[in-house]
Amino acid sequence: MSAKQQTSGLAMIELILFVLLVATAVVVARLRDLFAAVMLTGIFSLVSAGLFTLMDAVDVAFTEAAVGAGISTILMLGTLSLTARREEQQPVRLLPFLVVILVGGALIAGTVDMPAYGALEAPIHQHPMYNEFITGTEQKVHLPNVVTAVLASYRGYDTFGETTVVFAAAIGVFLVLGGRRKKSAKIDGGTP
Amino acid sequence: MFVAAMVGVLVTMFLALVRAALGPTVFDRILAANMFGTKTVLLIAVAGFLTERPDWLDLAIVYALVNFAGTIAVAKFCRFGNLADDVGGAE
Repeated sequence: MSAKQQTSGLAMIELILFVLLVATAVVVARLRDLFAAVMLTGIFSLVSAGLFTLMDAVDVAFTEAAVGAGISTILMLGTLSLTARREEQQPVRLLPFLVVILVGGALIAGTVDMPAYGALEAPIHQHPMYNEFITGTEQKVHLPNVVTAVLASYRGYDTFGETTVVFAAAIGVFLVLGGRRKKSAKIDGGTP
Repeated sequence: MFVAAMVGVLVTMFLALVRAALGPTVFDRILAANMFGTKTVLLIAVAGFLTERPDWLDLAIVYALVNFAGTIAVAKFCRFGNLADDVGGAE
């Protein structure tokens, strides 16, 4: 298969995935069954992860799949167990709808200024370090993906710092939750 | 051949989406979401071969792991959470 055929084929697949994405979003908005909505948000994340992968952003795609389809589905199910399973029928309010349409329109208008996908004249390709990263990824870091090389090697200390922050936050959450459970057990047992 | 496989995967994705949207019972939806995860794995694998980069296969396998963990969590929630009462047959 020639390179041009390949590109147009991939664009076709991406287009179909975008259609699936929009369809999923519309269905999620219209469903009253919240469990089904949670399942469909998981599907939404999976479609976007597929799209990101096809656009060569494998790190973003994997984060989307792990957080969107994994963690947030579980968190939403936890929320469902504490609240109701069905959304109550509410009267259609015009103002929120208009605000959503406006914000969405503004975001779409914002993308018009962006350089075309994969365009060579995009600012990112004019950066002074461009050649260093592109050739250095192959020769110095020995990774097939430039983004991964930048994240894990060129700015490795930065990523390390981020990981430390996330780790510290997780430890903090565990300490707060664990401490509270013990305390409430004691309060339940005796008189305050 | 990979193009045919890709078309098949995309059609199945669409059908899984329809099942997740319509599916009368909870289990239809869990199964549809799980199947959609499997289709994402296949989509990435087939796209990797389609663009002559078979190293995407590793990526696809990691997606399978995430999908597995998510489905286990949902199934456990259905069995032990308060969703079990309206399924019928679940004690």
